[in-house]
Amino acid sequence: MSPTPEPRPQHGQTPADDASAKALARTPRAAFVYGITQSLPFLIVIIPFAVLFGVVATEAGLNVAQVMGFSVLVLAGASQFTAVQLLSDNAPTIVIILSALAVNLRMAMYSASLLPWLREASGRQKAWIAYALIDQTFALSIQHYERHPRLGLQQRLAYFAGGALVLCVPWMVATWAGATLGDLIPDDIALDFALPITFLAMIAPMLRTTAHLAACFVAITAALLLAWLPSGLGLLIAAPLGMATGAIVEARTEGKA
Amino acid sequence: MTMQASEFQIWLIIVVLGIGTFLLRWSFLGALGNRELPEWVMRMLRYTPVSVLPALVAPLVVWPAATGGETDPSRIAAAAATVAVGVWTKNVLLSIAAGGSTLFAMLYVLG
Repeated sequence: MSPTPEPRPQHGQTPADDASAKALARTPRAAFVYGITQSLPFLIVIIPFAVLFGVVATEAGLNVAQVMGFSVLVLAGASQFTAVQLLSDNAPTIVIILSALAVNLRMAMYSASLLPWLREASGRQKAWIAYALIDQTFALSIQHYERHPRLGLQQRLAYFAGGALVLCVPWMVATWAGATLGDLIPDDIALDFALPITFLAMIAPMLRTTAHLAACFVAITAALLLAWLPSGLGLLIAAPLGMATGAIVEARTEGKA
Repeated sequence: MTMQASEFQIWLIIVVLGIGTFLLRWSFLGALGNRELPEWVMRMLRYTPVSVLPALVAPLVVWPAATGGETDPSRIAAAAATVAVGVWTKNVLLSIAAGGSTLFAMLYVLG
Protein backbone atom coordinates (compact mmCIF):
# COMPACT_ATOMS: atom_id res chain seq x y z
CA MET A 1 0.00 0.00 0.00
CA SER A 2 3.04 2.30 -0.01
CA PRO A 3 2.96 5.02 -2.63
CA THR A 4 5.46 4.51 -5.42
CA PRO A 5 8.09 7.23 -5.55
CA GLU A 6 8.76 7.30 -9.31
CA PRO A 7 6.34 9.15 -11.51
CA ARG A 8 4.57 6.66 -13.79
CA PRO A 9 4.19 7.22 -17.50
CA GLN A 10 0.64 8.01 -18.47
CA HIS A 11 -0.72 5.86 -21.29
CA GLY A 12 -2.91 7.79 -23.63
CA GLN A 13 -6.28 6.02 -23.58
CA THR A 14 -6.32 3.94 -20.44
CA PRO A 15 -4.46 5.46 -17.55
CA ALA A 16 -3.71 2.07 -16.05
CA ASP A 17 -2.78 2.74 -12.46
CA ASP A 18 -1.24 0.18 -10.21
CA ALA A 19 -4.47 -1.18 -8.79
CA SER A 20 -6.03 -1.47 -12.21
CA ALA A 21 -3.07 -3.31 -13.70
CA LYS A 22 -3.15 -5.67 -10.75
CA ALA A 23 -6.88 -6.29 -11.08
CA LEU A 24 -6.56 -7.05 -14.79
CA ALA A 25 -3.71 -9.46 -14.22
CA ARG A 26 -5.63 -11.59 -11.72
CA THR A 27 -6.55 -15.12 -12.66
CA PRO A 28 -10.20 -15.94 -11.86
CA ARG A 29 -8.89 -17.85 -8.87
CA ALA A 30 -7.00 -14.80 -7.59
CA ALA A 31 -10.04 -12.61 -8.25
CA PHE A 32 -12.10 -15.03 -6.16
CA VAL A 33 -9.63 -14.75 -3.29
CA TYR A 34 -9.57 -10.96 -3.68
CA GLY A 35 -13.37 -10.91 -3.46
CA ILE A 36 -13.12 -12.90 -0.25
CA THR A 37 -10.60 -10.59 1.41
CA GLN A 38 -12.52 -7.47 0.45
CA SER A 39 -15.75 -8.85 1.92
CA LEU A 40 -14.34 -9.90 5.26
CA PRO A 41 -14.86 -6.52 7.02
CA PHE A 42 -18.59 -6.71 6.31
CA LEU A 43 -18.82 -9.74 8.57
CA ILE A 44 -18.59 -7.39 11.55
CA VAL A 45 -22.11 -6.24 10.67
CA ILE A 46 -23.52 -9.39 9.09
CA ILE A 47 -22.79 -11.85 11.88
CA PRO A 48 -24.39 -9.92 14.79
CA PHE A 49 -27.33 -9.02 12.54
CA ALA A 50 -27.89 -12.68 11.64
CA VAL A 51 -27.57 -13.81 15.27
CA LEU A 52 -30.09 -11.15 16.21
CA PHE A 53 -32.49 -12.40 13.55
CA GLY A 54 -32.18 -15.94 14.88
CA VAL A 55 -32.85 -14.77 18.43
CA VAL A 56 -35.74 -12.42 17.57
CA ALA A 57 -37.45 -14.91 15.26
CA THR A 58 -37.17 -17.69 17.81
CA GLU A 59 -38.52 -15.44 20.56
CA ALA A 60 -41.42 -14.53 18.28
CA GLY A 61 -42.34 -18.22 18.15
CA LEU A 62 -40.73 -19.63 15.00
CA ASN A 63 -38.99 -22.99 15.18
CA VAL A 64 -35.41 -23.51 14.03
CA ALA A 65 -36.45 -24.92 10.64
CA GLN A 66 -38.60 -21.88 9.92
CA VAL A 67 -35.92 -19.47 11.05
CA MET A 68 -33.43 -21.21 8.76
CA GLY A 69 -36.03 -21.25 5.99
CA PHE A 70 -36.00 -17.47 6.11
CA SER A 71 -32.22 -17.12 6.07
CA VAL A 72 -31.62 -19.72 3.35
CA LEU A 73 -34.59 -19.18 1.02
CA VAL A 74 -35.08 -15.42 1.42
CA LEU A 75 -31.55 -14.35 2.36
CA ALA A 76 -32.44 -10.67 2.87
CA GLY A 77 -32.10 -9.39 6.41
CA ALA A 78 -34.35 -6.37 6.54
CA SER A 79 -37.25 -8.16 4.86
CA GLN A 80 -36.82 -11.17 7.15
CA PHE A 81 -37.12 -8.91 10.19
CA THR A 82 -40.13 -7.20 8.62
CA ALA A 83 -41.91 -10.50 8.04
CA VAL A 84 -41.23 -11.71 11.59
CA GLN A 85 -42.40 -8.42 13.09
CA LEU A 86 -45.65 -8.50 11.11
CA LEU A 87 -46.10 -12.20 11.95
CA SER A 88 -45.99 -11.38 15.64
CA ASP A 89 -48.50 -8.56 15.01
CA ASN A 90 -50.75 -11.23 13.45
CA ALA A 91 -51.00 -9.27 10.22
CA PRO A 92 -52.76 -11.00 7.28
CA THR A 93 -50.49 -13.27 5.20
CA ILE A 94 -50.83 -11.19 2.04
CA VAL A 95 -49.90 -7.99 3.89
CA ILE A 96 -46.82 -9.69 5.34
CA ILE A 97 -45.68 -10.90 1.93
CA LEU A 98 -46.28 -7.55 0.21
CA SER A 99 -44.54 -5.55 2.93
CA ALA A 100 -41.50 -7.80 3.03
CA LEU A 101 -41.28 -7.75 -0.78
CA ALA A 102 -41.53 -3.95 -0.72
CA VAL A 103 -38.44 -3.91 1.48
CA ASN A 104 -36.65 -5.88 -1.25
CA LEU A 105 -37.75 -3.76 -4.21
CA ARG A 106 -34.35 -2.10 -4.23
CA MET A 107 -32.86 -5.39 -5.40
CA ALA A 108 -34.48 -4.96 -8.80
CA MET A 109 -32.43 -1.80 -9.04
CA TYR A 110 -29.27 -3.76 -8.16
CA SER A 111 -30.14 -6.29 -10.82
CA ALA A 112 -30.48 -3.53 -13.42
CA SER A 113 -27.16 -1.95 -12.40
CA LEU A 114 -25.22 -5.21 -12.65
CA LEU A 115 -26.66 -6.25 -16.00
CA PRO A 116 -24.25 -4.25 -18.21
CA TRP A 117 -21.30 -5.94 -16.49
CA LEU A 118 -22.64 -9.50 -16.41
CA ARG A 119 -24.66 -9.65 -19.59
CA GLU A 120 -22.57 -12.46 -21.11
CA ALA A 121 -22.90 -14.77 -18.10
CA SER A 122 -24.81 -18.04 -18.59
CA GLY A 123 -28.35 -18.43 -17.32
CA ARG A 124 -27.16 -20.64 -14.54
CA GLN A 125 -24.52 -18.14 -13.42
CA LYS A 126 -27.06 -15.34 -13.49
CA ALA A 127 -29.41 -17.39 -11.32
CA TRP A 128 -26.67 -17.90 -8.72
CA ILE A 129 -25.81 -14.20 -8.78
CA ALA A 130 -29.48 -13.34 -8.31
CA TYR A 131 -29.69 -15.68 -5.34
CA ALA A 132 -26.66 -14.12 -3.62
CA LEU A 133 -27.41 -10.50 -4.57
CA ILE A 134 -27.52 -8.80 -1.17
CA ASP A 135 -26.69 -5.20 -0.29
CA GLN A 136 -23.06 -5.94 0.45
CA THR A 137 -22.26 -8.20 -2.52
CA PHE A 138 -23.87 -5.62 -4.77
CA ALA A 139 -22.03 -2.66 -3.28
CA LEU A 140 -18.66 -4.44 -3.49
CA SER A 141 -19.08 -5.77 -7.01
CA ILE A 142 -20.44 -2.66 -8.67
CA GLN A 143 -17.61 -0.64 -7.10
CA HIS A 144 -15.04 -3.14 -8.34
CA TYR A 145 -16.51 -3.39 -11.86
CA GLU A 146 -16.76 0.37 -12.28
CA ARG A 147 -13.27 0.90 -10.94
CA HIS A 148 -11.82 -1.67 -13.33
CA PRO A 149 -14.04 -1.59 -16.42
CA ARG A 150 -11.73 -3.81 -18.47
CA LEU A 151 -12.03 -6.88 -16.28
CA GLY A 152 -13.03 -10.05 -18.09
CA LEU A 153 -16.30 -11.82 -17.37
CA GLN A 154 -14.56 -14.66 -15.53
CA GLN A 155 -12.76 -12.17 -13.28
CA ARG A 156 -16.02 -10.38 -12.52
CA LEU A 157 -17.88 -13.60 -11.75
CA ALA A 158 -15.06 -14.90 -9.56
CA TYR A 159 -14.92 -11.66 -7.58
CA PHE A 160 -18.66 -11.79 -6.98
CA ALA A 161 -18.48 -15.45 -5.97
CA GLY A 162 -15.78 -14.69 -3.39
CA GLY A 163 -17.94 -12.03 -1.78
CA ALA A 164 -21.07 -14.16 -1.92
CA LEU A 165 -19.34 -17.08 -0.22
CA VAL A 166 -17.95 -14.97 2.61
CA LEU A 167 -21.16 -13.04 3.24
CA CYS A 168 -24.02 -15.45 2.58
CA VAL A 169 -22.77 -18.61 4.26
CA PRO A 170 -21.99 -16.90 7.61
CA TRP A 171 -25.41 -15.26 7.41
CA MET A 172 -26.99 -18.71 7.52
CA VAL A 173 -24.63 -20.16 10.13
CA ALA A 174 -25.00 -17.15 12.45
CA THR A 175 -28.79 -17.27 12.07
CA TRP A 176 -28.69 -20.86 13.20
CA ALA A 177 -26.50 -19.91 16.18
CA GLY A 178 -28.97 -17.17 17.11
CA ALA A 179 -31.95 -19.47 16.79
CA THR A 180 -30.28 -22.03 19.02
CA LEU A 181 -29.18 -19.38 21.54
CA GLY A 182 -32.58 -17.72 21.46
CA ASP A 183 -34.05 -20.29 23.81
CA LEU A 184 -31.40 -19.52 26.41
CA ILE A 185 -32.09 -15.79 26.58
CA PRO A 186 -34.42 -14.76 29.42
CA ASP A 187 -37.77 -13.35 28.31
CA ASP A 188 -37.71 -10.27 30.48
CA ILE A 189 -34.88 -8.38 28.78
CA ALA A 190 -36.31 -5.77 26.42
CA LEU A 191 -35.62 -7.71 23.24
CA ASP A 192 -38.78 -6.33 21.62
CA PHE A 193 -36.77 -3.22 20.90
CA ALA A 194 -33.86 -4.93 19.16
CA LEU A 195 -35.62 -4.67 15.80
CA PRO A 196 -36.52 -0.95 15.96
CA ILE A 197 -32.99 -0.11 17.07
CA THR A 198 -31.41 -2.20 14.34
CA PHE A 199 -33.59 -0.66 11.64
CA LEU A 200 -33.05 2.87 12.89
CA ALA A 201 -29.32 2.23 12.89
CA MET A 202 -29.55 1.07 9.26
CA ILE A 203 -31.65 4.03 8.17
CA ALA A 204 -29.78 6.86 9.90
CA PRO A 205 -26.62 6.70 7.75
CA MET A 206 -28.79 6.69 4.61
CA LEU A 207 -30.26 10.11 5.36
CA ARG A 208 -27.72 11.90 3.20
CA THR A 209 -29.84 14.22 1.07
CA THR A 210 -32.93 16.38 1.43
CA ALA A 211 -34.81 13.87 -0.70
CA HIS A 212 -33.93 11.02 1.66
CA LEU A 213 -34.94 13.09 4.68
CA ALA A 214 -38.23 14.10 3.07
CA ALA A 215 -39.05 10.51 2.11
CA CYS A 216 -38.31 9.34 5.62
CA PHE A 217 -40.32 12.13 7.25
CA VAL A 218 -43.42 11.59 5.10
CA ALA A 219 -43.26 7.82 5.59
CA ILE A 220 -43.07 8.20 9.38
CA THR A 221 -45.86 10.77 9.57
CA ALA A 222 -48.14 8.70 7.38
CA ALA A 223 -47.37 5.49 9.28
CA LEU A 224 -48.24 7.15 12.59
CA LEU A 225 -51.43 8.71 11.22
CA LEU A 226 -52.49 5.39 9.69
CA ALA A 227 -51.59 3.25 12.70
CA TRP A 228 -55.29 2.67 13.42
CA LEU A 229 -55.62 0.60 10.23
CA PRO A 230 -55.44 -3.22 10.50
CA SER A 231 -51.82 -4.30 11.14
CA GLY A 232 -49.44 -3.83 8.26
CA LEU A 233 -51.87 -1.94 6.05
CA GLY A 234 -50.66 1.50 7.11
CA LEU A 235 -47.17 0.48 6.03
CA LEU A 236 -48.38 -0.39 2.54
CA ILE A 237 -49.77 3.14 2.15
CA ALA A 238 -47.12 5.08 4.05
CA ALA A 239 -44.13 3.55 2.24
CA PRO A 240 -45.21 4.47 -1.32
CA LEU A 241 -46.05 7.98 -0.09
CA GLY A 242 -42.50 8.28 1.24
CA MET A 243 -41.01 6.87 -1.98
CA ALA A 244 -43.02 9.29 -4.12
CA THR A 245 -41.93 12.19 -1.92
CA GLY A 246 -38.28 11.21 -2.27
CA ALA A 247 -38.63 10.96 -6.05
CA ILE A 248 -40.40 14.33 -6.34
CA VAL A 249 -37.90 16.14 -4.13
CA GLU A 250 -35.02 14.58 -6.05
CA ALA A 251 -36.51 15.66 -9.38
CA ARG A 252 -36.99 19.21 -8.09
CA THR A 253 -33.48 19.57 -6.69
CA GLU A 254 -32.03 18.21 -9.93
CA GLY A 255 -34.14 20.62 -11.94
CA LYS A 256 -32.71 23.53 -10.01
CA ALA A 257 -29.11 22.39 -10.25
CA MET B 1 -49.11 -10.52 21.52
CA THR B 2 -48.51 -14.18 20.70
CA MET B 3 -48.16 -15.32 17.16
CA GLN B 4 -51.30 -16.96 15.82
CA ALA B 5 -50.04 -17.93 12.38
CA SER B 6 -50.25 -21.63 11.57
CA GLU B 7 -47.29 -23.72 10.53
CA PHE B 8 -48.64 -23.71 6.97
CA GLN B 9 -49.06 -19.95 6.92
CA ILE B 10 -45.50 -19.39 8.10
CA TRP B 11 -44.04 -21.70 5.44
CA LEU B 12 -46.24 -20.13 2.81
CA ILE B 13 -44.80 -16.73 3.71
CA ILE B 14 -41.23 -18.05 3.66
CA VAL B 15 -41.59 -19.76 0.29
CA VAL B 16 -43.50 -16.98 -1.48
CA LEU B 17 -41.18 -14.35 -0.06
CA GLY B 18 -38.18 -16.44 -1.12
CA ILE B 19 -39.45 -16.82 -4.68
CA GLY B 20 -40.55 -13.19 -4.92
CA THR B 21 -37.22 -11.91 -3.64
CA PHE B 22 -35.35 -14.14 -6.05
CA LEU B 23 -37.44 -12.83 -8.96
CA LEU B 24 -36.72 -9.23 -7.95
CA ARG B 25 -33.00 -9.97 -7.91
CA TRP B 26 -33.12 -11.95 -11.12
CA SER B 27 -35.45 -9.52 -12.94
CA PHE B 28 -33.02 -7.50 -15.04
CA LEU B 29 -30.16 -9.98 -15.10
CA GLY B 30 -32.52 -12.67 -16.31
CA ALA B 31 -35.85 -11.75 -17.82
CA LEU B 32 -36.04 -8.06 -18.52
CA GLY B 33 -32.62 -7.86 -20.15
CA ASN B 34 -32.08 -4.57 -21.85
CA ARG B 35 -35.42 -3.01 -21.17
CA GLU B 36 -34.96 0.40 -19.57
CA LEU B 37 -37.12 1.28 -16.62
CA PRO B 38 -38.76 4.69 -16.80
CA GLU B 39 -36.75 7.22 -14.87
CA TRP B 40 -39.48 7.86 -12.31
CA VAL B 41 -39.57 4.19 -11.39
CA MET B 42 -35.81 4.16 -10.78
CA ARG B 43 -36.21 7.29 -8.69
CA MET B 44 -38.92 5.72 -6.53
CA LEU B 45 -36.89 2.53 -6.08
CA ARG B 46 -34.02 4.60 -4.71
CA TYR B 47 -36.20 5.66 -1.79
CA THR B 48 -37.63 2.27 -0.80
CA PRO B 49 -35.31 1.63 2.16
CA VAL B 50 -35.69 5.11 3.67
CA SER B 51 -39.48 4.87 3.33
CA VAL B 52 -40.36 1.28 4.14
CA LEU B 53 -38.13 0.80 7.18
CA PRO B 54 -39.07 4.06 8.99
CA ALA B 55 -42.77 3.46 8.29
CA LEU B 56 -42.42 0.01 9.83
CA VAL B 57 -40.48 1.21 12.84
CA ALA B 58 -42.27 4.47 13.75
CA PRO B 59 -45.37 2.90 15.37
CA LEU B 60 -43.16 0.38 17.21
CA VAL B 61 -41.19 3.25 18.72
CA VAL B 62 -44.14 5.42 19.67
CA TRP B 63 -46.51 2.67 20.82
CA PRO B 64 -44.34 -0.33 21.81
CA ALA B 65 -46.12 -3.67 22.09
CA ALA B 66 -44.07 -4.55 25.19
CA THR B 67 -45.72 -1.77 27.21
CA GLY B 68 -49.17 -2.60 25.91
CA GLY B 69 -48.99 0.25 23.40
CA GLU B 70 -48.25 2.94 25.93
CA THR B 71 -45.59 5.49 24.97
CA ASP B 72 -42.43 4.74 26.90
CA PRO B 73 -39.74 7.37 27.60
CA SER B 74 -36.98 4.72 27.70
CA ARG B 75 -37.79 3.46 24.22
CA ILE B 76 -38.17 6.97 22.78
CA ALA B 77 -34.80 7.94 24.24
CA ALA B 78 -33.20 4.76 22.88
CA ALA B 79 -34.59 5.45 19.41
CA ALA B 80 -33.37 9.06 19.53
CA ALA B 81 -29.87 7.96 20.61
CA THR B 82 -29.73 5.37 17.81
CA VAL B 83 -30.67 7.89 15.12
CA ALA B 84 -28.39 10.61 16.51
CA VAL B 85 -25.33 8.36 16.62
CA GLY B 86 -26.20 6.86 13.24
CA VAL B 87 -26.49 10.23 11.51
CA TRP B 88 -23.37 11.49 13.23
CA THR B 89 -21.02 8.51 12.82
CA LYS B 90 -22.63 6.69 9.86
CA ASN B 91 -21.65 3.55 11.73
CA VAL B 92 -24.40 0.95 12.07
CA LEU B 93 -22.82 -0.99 14.91
CA LEU B 94 -21.97 2.07 17.03
CA SER B 95 -25.48 3.28 16.51
CA ILE B 96 -26.99 -0.03 17.67
CA ALA B 97 -24.71 0.00 20.71
CA ALA B 98 -25.80 3.55 21.57
CA GLY B 99 -29.48 2.65 21.30
CA GLY B 100 -29.15 -0.57 23.26
CA SER B 101 -27.15 0.94 26.11
CA THR B 102 -29.52 3.93 26.33
CA LEU B 103 -32.48 1.57 26.54
CA PHE B 104 -31.01 -0.58 29.28
CA ALA B 105 -29.71 2.42 31.24
CA MET B 106 -33.11 4.15 31.08
CA LEU B 107 -35.03 1.01 31.98
CA TYR B 108 -32.67 0.49 34.92
CA VAL B 109 -32.93 4.10 36.15
CA LEU B 110 -36.70 4.37 35.68
CA GLY B 111 -37.17 0.88 37.09
